[in-house]
Amino acid sequence: MSEAKEKPRMPIESGVPDPMPLMHPVMRENFGHWKWHDRPLVGVLRHVAESGDEIWTIKAGTQRQMDVYTIRNLCDIADEFADGHVRFTARSNIEYMVSDESKVAPLIEKLESEGFPVGGTGNSISMISHTQGWLHCDIPGTDASGVVKSLMDEIYHDFKHEEMPNRVKITTSCCQINCGGQGDIAINVQHTKPPVIDHDLVSNVCERPSVVARCPVAAIRPAMVNGKPSLEVDEKKCMCCGACYPPCPPMQINDPEHSKLAIWVGGKHSSTRSKPTFHKLVISGLPNNAPRWPEVAEIVKDILNAYKENARPWERMSEWIDRIGWPRFFELTSLPFTKYHIDDWRGARASLNQSSHVHF
Amino acid sequence: MAKKLPETPLLDQLESGPWPSFVTGLKRLAESEDKPYAGMMKDLLGQLEHSYETRKGFWKGGTVGVRGYGGGVIPRFSEVANKYPESSEFHTLRVMPPAGMHYDTETLRKMCDIWEEHGSGLIAFHGQSGDIMFQGATTEGVQNAFDALNDIGFDLGGAGAAVRTSMSCVGSARCEQSCFNEQKAHRMIINSLLDDMHRPSLPYKFKFKFSGCANDCVNASHRSDFAVLGTWRDDMKVDQEEVKKYVADRGRKEINDQVVNMCPTRALSLNDDDTLDVDNKSCVRCMHCINVMTKALSPGDDKGITILLGGKRTLKIGDLMGSVIVPFMKLETEEDFERLVELAGECIEFFAENALDHERVGEMVERIGLINFLDGVGLEVDPNMVSHPRTSCYVRMDDWDAEAEKWAQRKSSAAE
Repeated sequence: MSEAKEKPRMPIESGVPDPMPLMHPVMRENFGHWKWHDRPLVGVLRHVAESGDEIWTIKAGTQRQMDVYTIRNLCDIADEFADGHVRFTARSNIEYMVSDESKVAPLIEKLESEGFPVGGTGNSISMISHTQGWLHCDIPGTDASGVVKSLMDEIYHDFKHEEMPNRVKITTSCCQINCGGQGDIAINVQHTKPPVIDHDLVSNVCERPSVVARCPVAAIRPAMVNGKPSLEVDEKKCMCCGACYPPCPPMQINDPEHSKLAIWVGGKHSSTRSKPTFHKLVISGLPNNAPRWPEVAEIVKDILNAYKENARPWERMSEWIDRIGWPRFFELTSLPFTKYHIDDWRGARASLNQSSHVHF
Repeated sequence: MAKKLPETPLLDQLESGPWPSFVTGLKRLAESEDKPYAGMMKDLLGQLEHSYETRKGFWKGGTVGVRGYGGGVIPRFSEVANKYPESSEFHTLRVMPPAGMHYDTETLRKMCDIWEEHGSGLIAFHGQSGDIMFQGATTEGVQNAFDALNDIGFDLGGAGAAVRTSMSCVGSARCEQSCFNEQKAHRMIINSLLDDMHRPSLPYKFKFKFSGCANDCVNASHRSDFAVLGTWRDDMKVDQEEVKKYVADRGRKEINDQVVNMCPTRALSLNDDDTLDVDNKSCVRCMHCINVMTKALSPGDDKGITILLGGKRTLKIGDLMGSVIVPFMKLETEEDFERLVELAGECIEFFAENALDHERVGEMVERIGLINFLDGVGLEVDPNMVSHPRTSCYVRMDDWDAEAEKWAQRKSSAAE
């Protein structure tokens, strides 16, 4: 008996759980047999199956980083109104499914009264996808949850209304690795000073050859500093990306003053209409101004207003700019165009205007 | 006497405003005096406020895991533990969600109970790779929390140089635009590669993502090394009576401006009788017209998948989009799914053997060329893999005739 007790529990390598037993029964029963859908209200989708079954989805925003009280509250709402099932979207919205139309309005009312805004469908601005930031990351230049909370407060109206030309996906990232990914608008940290190296720690903490190999511009080389093996950075070559910092924490890249925020626009993941695109730099040098980053919020709102007023229906940010041209974009948003907007990384030539097409 | 809630004047400013506040949630946990995590969450709030004051992060990594696995836990030790001792260890367990992120409340409540007992009470649904992130366990709490979560059917996700946790869109469960069983493909591929997820030994991370159509709701094209996207190869389905209703309802100008003229390959035309003319040979299955006219237009019946390889973010050579390695493949029968799993395994194997340390598969392909990759995993070239053929003549073409003959043979065997 005691032998069995001492034997440590080994993991059950069960992998990705089967969603079928957890799924709303109407979705399970009509799996693969849906016919069409529409959006009767902002935040509500109605899907109709070949069988004639209908299901209404009510989408609401959450704070993503949720305490168990919030999650239990969301569960209580699901038990009372939505047959005890929910799902989450890739952008941390929660979705409730109901098979009875009469439950839609009371569910919306309940979610709103509990502080969960209903929206995020169609041509709205959905929840900002975010990363970990100061709350949990080991290399963050800024926070993530706080940036998202403050921006969602500012664009709350456009989460709850479908007034944009097409959907708008906003992302944030707290370092230049950019875990947040591509966005119609992306708000990312941009470092402006080379790493500050604690030479006393490098040889103990860092695997020096792999740090040297990590640098995209070969600016790092092994060196003896104060009689200790360390690393040094050619500051003329260094473009301050911070790639050396994760494998070598003594190469501190974050700086309260010089780690800035940059805004990029026109990223698009889907192959809908145009092919997927990367986002492009439009402004940098914005202060990392916690707790509400007002300078960033103002420019994001200016860009959104220009897009809302000038894009044609169904044009995503990148498609709109593709039509009107970059000169007009900078004019409409009153943002400066600088030498830093002209790419000099590999493949940069493809981003130059190799034609006589000029906007006036 | 209970420990005091720290003063957090900066974080307090994130409690106002209409969007749900994570700060309010953190405080609720910190004030749960009857719970084991109250002290930990008070110190966590203190450290977070300290970050807001100094504009710096104070977490460092380390080595924490569970028995039997080499990854899946993100260790976090505080660099300011002297000031905030109770949150000095604040590790995250990455846990794989059910495919499509469906839950019942019984499961969510069990997760809450487990995380109240063994962790901080703070859970993120979900991280950027799709993990449920149970944030905030002590080193001792990690194993206990994992055991309890594992007992209710959940398993750790990926971290480090490993196959990572995957995501699939809602797909067949609710969406008429879905072109394959996303959840089945997701589970079959990932569950066949669990050893490479739980015991990280690849050159670098490798991500799979599954979207049921070109709308790509889980951002597979750019955010995964191996993107599976639904498509079809027969004609798109058109219900002309419904088309006429859309035209009657919205007017010809709107249908022309917002549907016909937005087709990227000029494959659409509105007929004089308000029916829609579709040139299916030019259509690239982009989904735009189907998105706008959901009741009139839908994907064809001969559905399958397109596979893109090599998407990734900046580090190290710059962003890469995934590019086509399989233009079309059926995904209906068990044999079809097994062929997909086999291909995924071949890609992982080739990546493991040929990529440099810390090199993503897209970077490896950039370095060695697509042809060497295709040869390595046994795929044939196809004009759908390029935007246009080569523009540079700097290449040796000694065996042109043999290669042209291969193409002729493939065409004649396809015609049989």
